[in-house]
Amino acid sequence: MFELLGISPQALFGQLLIGLINGAFYAMLSLGLAVIFGLLNVINFAHGAQYMMGAFVAWFVLEYAGVPFWGALIVAPVAVAIFGVILEQVFIKRLYHLDHLYGLLLTFGFVLIIEGLFRYKFGSSGQPYDNPLPGGQNLGFMFLPNYRGFVVVASLVVCLGTWFMIEKTKLGSYLRAATENPTLVRAFGINVPRMVTLTYAFGVGLAAFAGVLAAPIYQVNPTMGSNLIIIVFAVVVIGGMGSIMGSIVTGFGLGVIEGLTKVFYPEASSTVIFVIMAIVLLIRPAGLFGTAK
Amino acid sequence: MAEPLLQVHGLQAFYGESHILHGVEFEIRKGEVVTLLGRNGVGKTTTLKSVMGIVGHRTGSVKFEGQETVSLPSNRIARLGIAFCPEERGIFASLNVEENLTLPPAVKPGGMTVGEIFGLFPNLQERRRSQGTKLSGGEQQMLAIGRILRTGANLLLLDEPTEGLAPVIVQRIGEVLRQLKARGFTILLVEQNFRFAATVADRHYVMEDGRVIDHLTAAEVAGSIDKLNEYLGV
Repeated sequence: MFELLGISPQALFGQLLIGLINGAFYAMLSLGLAVIFGLLNVINFAHGAQYMMGAFVAWFVLEYAGVPFWGALIVAPVAVAIFGVILEQVFIKRLYHLDHLYGLLLTFGFVLIIEGLFRYKFGSSGQPYDNPLPGGQNLGFMFLPNYRGFVVVASLVVCLGTWFMIEKTKLGSYLRAATENPTLVRAFGINVPRMVTLTYAFGVGLAAFAGVLAAPIYQVNPTMGSNLIIIVFAVVVIGGMGSIMGSIVTGFGLGVIEGLTKVFYPEASSTVIFVIMAIVLLIRPAGLFGTAK
Repeated sequence: MAEPLLQVHGLQAFYGESHILHGVEFEIRKGEVVTLLGRNGVGKTTTLKSVMGIVGHRTGSVKFEGQETVSLPSNRIARLGIAFCPEERGIFASLNVEENLTLPPAVKPGGMTVGEIFGLFPNLQERRRSQGTKLSGGEQQMLAIGRILRTGANLLLLDEPTEGLAPVIVQRIGEVLRQLKARGFTILLVEQNFRFAATVADRHYVMEDGRVIDHLTAAEVAGSIDKLNEYLGV
């Protein structure tokens, strides 16, 4: 079969794996964006910068405190989430009563400042980060590097855990209800402003977690977030804002489609997601899983 | 005489530039059912929302169990034991019936159990897994009332619970309100439907232009029909 298509199974499965890895990052980042947008009504353009900060914190604590990758997986998201709480409390919460556009502009400003500071301090060439899980498995049809397998599994666990928390727990029912009608949920005695702050911190922490996972694969670079975030916004537009599972499925699905495009028509691989986005916008403006607001 | 459960004095409320309430005065004693009557746009809903703390800006005095609440945020007011059922019902589409019912957290001991609430509204039990907004209008209203009975709140603010419902459902809601009164709930009811209000309430306050302009006990209603028609007529 592979001979008929003129491609080798190694190339196919290799690109599929790369697609799954990219999809894992798309899913984690678009999930955080969707949760933040749902409750805060803010398009968090700083998401990519926060992902980059996660990777930098991981590199930093390893370099200066000897904290290994596994510790950084916890330390970095918490540190960046605390940074998110400060941003939310000092700046973002003043914009909730305004149009989305203001939040977008403010967080875009954050990106320019944060990335600029990191480029100034660390240069744009990037810092290496050692692979914490060297080696790999020979699966017969392909070679699976251990760490890449771990990234796909870790991302799935985090995404499905988030889905479970939002769709199946009491805390999640507060979040869903407050996304629909924050005034009424607050009038039931729930401290909605605190919930908003913690939701932003959670979304930001998720971005930083993805950043730590990315460090051993892509190295640690001040512009790593900007390169990714444009694609992630396209993923969010395609999936729509209404559904948590939709973000996860769309993220992984588009990663795989992108990978397959590299095998079958490499010239289109960097544009295929945007072509899909244009088609989805024409046919279903609210996105594949979205509900019109 | 014991101190009133809710005491509203000189209450003013604003939405942005508009000044809606101009010094509302009324009080409710424990265990009473009291209505706010009046034409559309006189400030009845705004009064309820002001007691709950969900209008833009308010001044004056709203004392609940002797405690001043006018400067508290709505989540703190709810924790004191006041619960609100909005006119548009506020059923959450992303939650099923049971999740809607159990959403408001308990704020005081002594609330009704889910079983007791299903006893009051058997339809809700049959449809507990349905999406909240797939219910009929009457069922949504029952869900909106039912979910605030669990929390232990002892003052219920109900905004037009009979609006747009069939007569048989209105009757059912009337029975439920009488049962709630018998259980010791205190209820502040906003109503356009005066005939319904007269069947459940102990006292009525009449509002006009953001003020309370008259007060009637249930016993005085029969002798004041002409006056009421003038207040409420269009």
